[in-house]
Amino acid sequence: MAEWTPKPARPAPASTVGFVGWARRNLFATPGDVALTLFGSVFIIWLGGVLIDWAFINASFSGDDRTACLKPVQGACWPFIDAKLGQFIYGRYPEAETWRVNLVFFFGLAGLVPMLVPSAPFKSANIFFLLGFYPVFAFVMLTGGMFGLVPVETTDWGGLLVTLVVAVTGIAASLPLGILLALGRRSKLPIIRYFCLGFIEIFRGVPLITVLFMASVMLPLFLPDGVNFDKLMRCLIGVALFSSAYMAEVVRGGLQAIPKGQYEAAAALGLGYWKTTRLIILPQALKLVIPGIVNTFIGLFKDTTLVLIVGLFDLLGIVQFHFTDASWATPETHITGYVFAGAVFWVFCFAMSRYSIFMENRLSTDRQ
Amino acid sequence: MKMLSYKFRVFVVVICACVFSQGAVAAETLSIVKKRGHMQCGVSQGLPGFSNPDDKGNWVGMDVDICRAVAAAVFGDDTKVKFTPLSAKERFTALQSGEVDMLARNTTWSMHRDTALGVDFTGVNYYDGQGFMVRKELGITNSLELDGASLCTNLGTTTELNAADYFRTNNMEYEIVAFEKADEAVAAYNTGRCDAYTTDQSALYAQRLKLTEPGAHIVLPQIISKEPLGPVVRQGDNQWGDIVRWSHFAMVNAEELGVTSKNVDTMKTNKNPAIRRLLGVDGTFGTNMGISNDWAYNIIRTVGNYAETFERNVGKSTPLGIARGVNALWTQGGLQYAPPVR
Repeated sequence: MAEWTPKPARPAPASTVGFVGWARRNLFATPGDVALTLFGSVFIIWLGGVLIDWAFINASFSGDDRTACLKPVQGACWPFIDAKLGQFIYGRYPEAETWRVNLVFFFGLAGLVPMLVPSAPFKSANIFFLLGFYPVFAFVMLTGGMFGLVPVETTDWGGLLVTLVVAVTGIAASLPLGILLALGRRSKLPIIRYFCLGFIEIFRGVPLITVLFMASVMLPLFLPDGVNFDKLMRCLIGVALFSSAYMAEVVRGGLQAIPKGQYEAAAALGLGYWKTTRLIILPQALKLVIPGIVNTFIGLFKDTTLVLIVGLFDLLGIVQFHFTDASWATPETHITGYVFAGAVFWVFCFAMSRYSIFMENRLSTDRQ
Repeated sequence: MKMLSYKFRVFVVVICACVFSQGAVAAETLSIVKKRGHMQCGVSQGLPGFSNPDDKGNWVGMDVDICRAVAAAVFGDDTKVKFTPLSAKERFTALQSGEVDMLARNTTWSMHRDTALGVDFTGVNYYDGQGFMVRKELGITNSLELDGASLCTNLGTTTELNAADYFRTNNMEYEIVAFEKADEAVAAYNTGRCDAYTTDQSALYAQRLKLTEPGAHIVLPQIISKEPLGPVVRQGDNQWGDIVRWSHFAMVNAEELGVTSKNVDTMKTNKNPAIRRLLGVDGTFGTNMGISNDWAYNIIRTVGNYAETFERNVGKSTPLGIARGVNALWTQGGLQYAPPVR
């Protein structure tokens, strides 16, 4: 008796697999889709063409002053960025001393990258390096005045350096402060609770510009004569307090999402308040609010541009500042400058956003 | 309730007393500056030709030069000055709180500011005023020919009000197209949205560089408002005010006497008594102000005379290309006039 064998399955019709199939399903399924696809492609091609024309074909790439960017059809004025790049990164930091800034950038990167890669070894040494050694190192290197380093006043700092200093300090300070404030706001002790509540509501209810303005202009009026501490320092404190108030509310959102059973189970195991918080509640709560935390970080990173209002030049501020150099004033200068600043901000924010998605996926143990 | 409000009032009074007592403390600006080793000067956050950065990030401009001149007068070294960029809002507070020793921030000398804000203006280092920029092809040479024109300008500034006053006074029709930011207004003018663009004349020259064809536009010579820009010091410290005032006068006097940064050393042996007094060869004019007698020599050697700073920062050879106009010396039909050193 012959054994029955099924005929080999025929391949799926050519029009349903591969790129053709994908395109038919997703791009050309209905007449409406066809119209949208055509419209979309035309738009993308047009936009791409305009951008390429502007950024490359009609752009100027070399020159020493505005005359390089005065062609009849002028695209981007890249020589402006080239001539001012040192300013955009370091501000007025003395040129002979910029190696110190580079070293700080390098060590920051060298500490941060293995920290962010979960499989990299020596995590506890790494944490000590980043939180213990690095801030001191960066402070000494950037301000100088010790170990034979020339002192550099913070008024000479600028550009990306200020943006990163403000953002990193704000980010590093806001998370722990925010967690403490969030816990304090849920505390059973009335003094702590009302203090945290008041702090959060005051800082969240006031625009960041006002906080910075108060810190930089009003504070010296109330200090005794001669006592005048650094403007950048005042801004750092203002930004850190402001962002920690926001962070506190994000963290509180996570704390409230933890079911009561978790607390009760911890209590049943005999854990006290701190152990419960540290071992049971916070790991779960923080994991839940990673998107919110990163959202706050990204917002803070972009808010650093507001320090311009008190006379500190962050990246955007210094780009705008250099628009006023008459030897570079052309119709395209400020467009080029804004595109450059926007691109730099985008790179940082996009990197944070992608890393947050990576962490969420890695830490998600349920709901998959 | 009554009690509370009384306490509150006391609190306010104490705060005010603290704030205003600063004025008394600040009376010794010169000795504070000397002790600190450098002067702190408030400038703009970037205004072409007045205080703007060069490629190296160094401050340059007319306002920057007056700060350098004061530093040269006090220390004999024009580099002993640090610049604090200030927004228009915080400039007077920064001066009062002692954060800066003087302001040179294209600040218009007006009666309200001089009398009500606790500050003193020491002179005028640039006579500015509101003007108009139009396309050359319109063939307009006088702002009185602008009847029926549409004007691009900034929203909610005195610029807008000045223009409205001017057109109404001269019975001319006009239409104002106001924008939030200067860049938007310039872009709108550039695309032909309006017939004319109006703002302070020095800024017109700077904005003209951002147009597609700067050569196709002219700045009309007429000025419709007075904007005398000058350095500002705290009220109540006359010695310091004198130093700032005479630093500017020294530069104007030097131009009038033909003393420049190039010939200042040979001029020291000149027989003209006015030059000898200015350069501190004769007399004790410097020590009378509490600084050295070669104060003006140091200013001219390092910063130059008024013509030099004008031509270097805003003059014909710079991209701004501003003519001396009302800022010429009084001997050449302008308004720059300095009392004699004697």
